[in-house]
Parts: sequence; C-alpha cells; structure tokens
Amino acid sequence: MSAHVAPKSLYYTIFAALMVGTVLTVVVAFFDLGFLNNVVMLGIASVKALLVILFFMHVRWSTRLTWVVVASGFFFLMILFTFTMMDYLTRGWLVGTLR
Amino acid sequence: MSDGHTPSEHYPGPVHGVPVHAEPGYAGLSGQVHGHVPHHPKLQHHFDDMDQQVEASTLGMWVFLVTEIMFFGGLFMAYLVYRSAQPDAFQEASAHLSIFWGGLNTAVLIFSSLTMALAVRAAQTSLPPKVQVGWIVATMFLGSVFLGVKVIEYSDKFRESIVPGPYFNAAMWTHPTGVEMFYSLYFIMTGLHALHMIIGIALMAVIAWMAWRRQFDSSYYTPVEVSGLYWHFVDIVWIFLFPLLYLIGRHYGEGH
Repeated sequence: MSAHVAPKSLYYTIFAALMVGTVLTVVVAFFDLGFLNNVVMLGIASVKALLVILFFMHVRWSTRLTWVVVASGFFFLMILFTFTMMDYLTRGWLVGTLR
Repeated sequence: MSDGHTPSEHYPGPVHGVPVHAEPGYAGLSGQVHGHVPHHPKLQHHFDDMDQQVEASTLGMWVFLVTEIMFFGGLFMAYLVYRSAQPDAFQEASAHLSIFWGGLNTAVLIFSSLTMALAVRAAQTSLPPKVQVGWIVATMFLGSVFLGVKVIEYSDKFRESIVPGPYFNAAMWTHPTGVEMFYSLYFIMTGLHALHMIIGIALMAVIAWMAWRRQFDSSYYTPVEVSGLYWHFVDIVWIFLFPLLYLIGRHYGEGH
C-alpha cells in the first residue's frame, strides 16, 4: 500500500543518484565506444527509470497487483520492439526477401 | 488509512445502520455521519475501506500509464527503425542539438520529480497546507522552466532552418533525408512530451488549489499521489528521450 512514508533522506539519495547518472551518461557520450555507447546510454537510462518507478512512484511499497501491471507495460513494450526489429533487421537475409 | 489492517479483517463488509467499524486509522477531517455507518468523508460507497479505495485509484492510474507507455512506445519504435536504417544521418542530426539545454532540462525535470515526491510526502505526513502547496508550486515552476528552455531550443531550430518542411535547409547536411526524419521524430516526440508537461502543470494547479483548501492529510491524499505518478512518468519519458536524441552524435565527425 502506498501508505508507507519514505524518509526524506531516501528521496534525496535517489535524487543524487539520478543526477550522477545524468552526468555520467553525458560524459560517456563524448567517448566513441562504438556499439557500446548505446548499451551504456540505455543501461543508465533504465536504471534511472527504475529508481524513479520504485521509489518516487512508490512501487517498491505497492501491492503485487501493481507490480504485475507495471511490469506488463514494459513487457509488452519489449514485445513491440523485439518483433518489429526481427522483421526490419533480418530483411534481405533470405533470398527473395525485400531489403 | 495506514491502520495495519488487512482487507480481510474488514469482512464481512459494513452493514447499513450498524456501526461495524469506525475506520481505526482515521484521524483527520471531521467525520460526517449521514444516516449510517460512520466513515471517512472521502470514502466512496462502492469501496469497503480507505485502503481498498487507494489501491483502486493507484492501480487505475498505473493502467492508464501503461497505455501511455505504449503511446510513447510507438514513437520510440519509429525512432529505432529509422535510426537502424540511417545511423550516420541520425548521428549527424543529433550533433546539432544543444547538449547544454538538453542536459539542463534533464536536471530540471529530475529536480521537479524530487519536489513532486516531497509534495506527496508533505500530504502523507499531514504537513500544513502551506508546505504542501509550496512543494506543488515548486514542481509547477520547474515544469515551466523546462518548457521555457524548450521554447528557446525550438526557436533556435526554426532560425537555423532545421525544422522539417518546405523551409528545411537540405544543403547544410551530408545526409539530408535521414536528418529530416530525425528532426521529424525530434519534434513529434519532444512535442508530445511537452504537451504532457503542460497537462501536468495544469493538473498541479488543481492539486495546489485542493491542498490550499485543506483537502489532504495522512488519511486522504490520493489525488496528490496519483497526479504525482503522472508527473514522474513524464520525467521517465524524458530520461529516455535525452540520451536518444541529444547524445548519439557527440563524437560524430571524429571517427566517422
């Protein structure tokens, strides 16, 4: 239940972590790591999003039903991305398929 | 609300006319008895108790936010498809966005999420209306700063003829077609995000008004909580937009 009162210090810590993540992602962007740039960038963004969801949005203290609903949103987003890219990225792999 | 009772302890539900239970955790807001079981004035009759009501409200908001995830998800999908088709064009285009304004806006939005969380906490801990309103107004202010920066960025793009359409200056780019696609996505995604910010600020104005009218305390603060969820969601969208739009072209022209 969202009735849980989180200590202020926790919110400040999360805020600091989000700021550090932002600075980090900007710094990393200036280095050419090839494909890894995307991995690091999205990794940091995902961690930041997770912190916001768990603590600022109180999902950490929510019921399991809420957990399932939240997770389902991202689950279906991944289905959207995966299946669409399965099509686009494999075009032209087989003879006769359009590029 | 936080009475530590599990819902099962309240079953069988209240019988009309019989004061089965008088909301143990119910402390604030003077109770109004209208001809039957005394309960919290904000408790609607189709709910067993405040806990169940809060649970229904937050869950409902999350279901809405899941549809929002898919709404923005479609645009992220388009971004992914076009970027994988023209990676160089996207890097070239991204290098022209201002990392300063984008980074500043990211910080501003994260800060606004903090003030939002503190606004919810203020209501949750029955702090005086002035404190609640203070945090909400701070959130609205930071949201407005974000939109102000967006105005500066957009007008820069118009001035530089980077906006897709008849005035798009193709001559200044190596990959004009892909760049135009990038900026189409940029304006649609950040535009839709900005629209959400405007709605969020309007929502906060209503919440601030309600807080000022002493509507919220530890026994009832669902509107603050639920609109807070919306605000944080809009922040999360930006957390992904910032690196994907602003940061992919930082080392463009060196190694490419």
